[in-house]
Amino acid sequence: MKLTSLWLCGFAAMPFAAQAQTEISWWHAMTGANAEVVEKIAGDFNASQSDYVVKPVFKGTYPETLNAGIAAFRAGQAPDIMQVFDVGTGVMMGAGGAIKPVAEVLAEGGFTFDKSQYLPGIVGYYSTPEGEMLSFPYNSSSPILYYNKDIFEKAGLDVNAPPQTWAEVWAAARKIKESGAATCGYTSTWLTWIHTENFAAWNNVPWATNENGLAGTPELKIDAPLFVKHFQEIADLAKEGVLVYGGRTSEAKQNFTSGECGILTESSGGLGDVVKSGMNYGIGKLPYDETAEGAPQNTTPGGASLWVMAGKSDEVYKGVATFFDYLSQTEVQKYLHEQSGYLPVTMAAYEATKSSGFYDENPGRETPILQMSGKPPTENSKGVRAPNLPQLRDIQNEEYEKMLAGQQTAEEALKNAVTRGNAAIKEAAGG
Amino acid sequence: MQRTVFPHKVLPWLLLAPQLAVTLIFFYWPAGQAFRQSTLREDPFGLSSTFVGLANFRRVLSDPSYLNALQVTVVFSLFVAFLPMVIALFLAVQAEKIVRGRGVYRTLMIWPYAVATAIAGMLWLFMFNPSFGTLAWPLRQMGINWNPLLNSSHAMILVVAAATWKQISYNFLFFVAGLQAIPRSLLEAAAIDGASRRHAFWTIVFPLLAPTTFFLLVVNTVYALFDTFGIIHAVTGGGPGKATETLVYKVYNDGFVNLNMGDSAAQSVILMVIVIALTAFQFRYIERRVHYG
Repeated sequence: MKLTSLWLCGFAAMPFAAQAQTEISWWHAMTGANAEVVEKIAGDFNASQSDYVVKPVFKGTYPETLNAGIAAFRAGQAPDIMQVFDVGTGVMMGAGGAIKPVAEVLAEGGFTFDKSQYLPGIVGYYSTPEGEMLSFPYNSSSPILYYNKDIFEKAGLDVNAPPQTWAEVWAAARKIKESGAATCGYTSTWLTWIHTENFAAWNNVPWATNENGLAGTPELKIDAPLFVKHFQEIADLAKEGVLVYGGRTSEAKQNFTSGECGILTESSGGLGDVVKSGMNYGIGKLPYDETAEGAPQNTTPGGASLWVMAGKSDEVYKGVATFFDYLSQTEVQKYLHEQSGYLPVTMAAYEATKSSGFYDENPGRETPILQMSGKPPTENSKGVRAPNLPQLRDIQNEEYEKMLAGQQTAEEALKNAVTRGNAAIKEAAGG
Repeated sequence: MQRTVFPHKVLPWLLLAPQLAVTLIFFYWPAGQAFRQSTLREDPFGLSSTFVGLANFRRVLSDPSYLNALQVTVVFSLFVAFLPMVIALFLAVQAEKIVRGRGVYRTLMIWPYAVATAIAGMLWLFMFNPSFGTLAWPLRQMGINWNPLLNSSHAMILVVAAATWKQISYNFLFFVAGLQAIPRSLLEAAAIDGASRRHAFWTIVFPLLAPTTFFLLVVNTVYALFDTFGIIHAVTGGGPGKATETLVYKVYNDGFVNLNMGDSAAQSVILMVIVIALTAFQFRYIERRVHYG
């Protein structure tokens, strides 16, 4: 009797439970501490209301997540929300009918979307040339300079004055090597993102035509004299053994945290590992080239954004809009920023972090924001976009590696990268 | 020879059905998809696709980086097909000579086979990474400027070494079995006739091992062409430049990193043709010289 009534109760309640809560799937690529942040945010959101349940699913690295999402879309099983890294932005923008612009989702969900509340440098990157925001910037980072204070001291350099320009970096790196303070003066992660894309923005020179591809199909301009000069300096340092090449992505971080190299340029998102290594480090702005006019300009965002896939029910879109609204809340953004080292997305969150004294306690954490938002962006510094950016980076890496191995000069490397890159863009855009 | 005729018409097909189903679903269907895709030009999301005939093949075959991948694959495969055999044969012959602890020795030799390809790659990467590799340091002390991140030959040596190491166990296993199948009496007769050990090996043992050697040649070739993907992915990612980008790695890179499905599919079709041709050649010309005893 008792059992039957319980069973009946359960049966009666079931359809309600199914109706009351709409599930929203969120595919992401976050690991370690950043994955915990994802779980915490989703859990808090689910607890804050009873209509929607956000389910985060880890899908591997950034490229793996993108591929999984594309494959799922082709099979008609796309997730509701997908995290796509900066480099995949062009791919997603070209996807047209596969995605639903975030601005549209928010507006239809009944939320007023005020663009001015968001950090302009970040939102601009994820918007169409007409200004419609296509994806929600979840985690943004910017390249900065890290230096080992112990090595600086040993080499007789000023531990409180990180080098500001590339010329100063080279001089400091040579001094580190010559004085024997370390076997390697300088190393860098991501030669493509830091020394090519951000180098262009920070020194206010074009990376490609058509506003670096934001306004149309780009044609690469990275064989301009400033790039040639910069990369020849890098090649010379590599030849002298002052610069050690770590690899195409973030491998070089290891050369820095192990104490092999005295100076590193890396994403602000890499801070966690540097802190964890327990080393005595300092942070500076990304160096610029003092011969470039108007430098330093501003850096462009890296990281990833959240895309909403097309073809879902209104209920799901309402839930996604509610979730994004929750994500924009000041406390949530502040938490995200302080825990993960990624940048806050809204001005309010930035102000709140500032007034809480977080930056006084953690000097250097404000650097990437100042870099990105210090000046209003120009045509050259809103970011770069191409339908096949991953491929372009591959091509550049191949040419840079040949250059670093002494098989070609910087000018040859950059000329080749431009010729091969433009051919690849033409093919991708024409297809 | 008497030809056996089975009375049933349906039963044989029924018994074959599972095998046929597996082959159809996991081989013919994907292969058919690859053929179809190789004639299409499609955006990554599959929203629009146009039939382009053989344009993808034309572009792939005129691409200098494809020819480079072909060259890399030939060099890589030759090393990875033959090196494990030579080393494994040597070790197997040596293992035969051991009287005490032969089992332990053999077990230890077979162990690496249990290591997954990608893990094998990571192991070698950790040992020989120029900045934190345990064995890269002594190399540098010896005056060798070891840097597989930038030096193409070093990178090639590293992936060949890792792929070879992984395959030695398998070759060893088969050579040990092959050696045990050789009748003692033949070797004893040779010894009585006054043949030296070396002479007996080259004139008796090695020819009798031919079926095993041939089998391993086919297996190693297929291994070098396909299964080494994990090692290359983990150790070099095809770099530096494109120095270790094999055909399989290029298929993956163009399809799943550069999202160019048409070119990638065309490449896998070409690869399929190469492997079919290679295997047919091996069976037709090399197998003829093999004695199955």
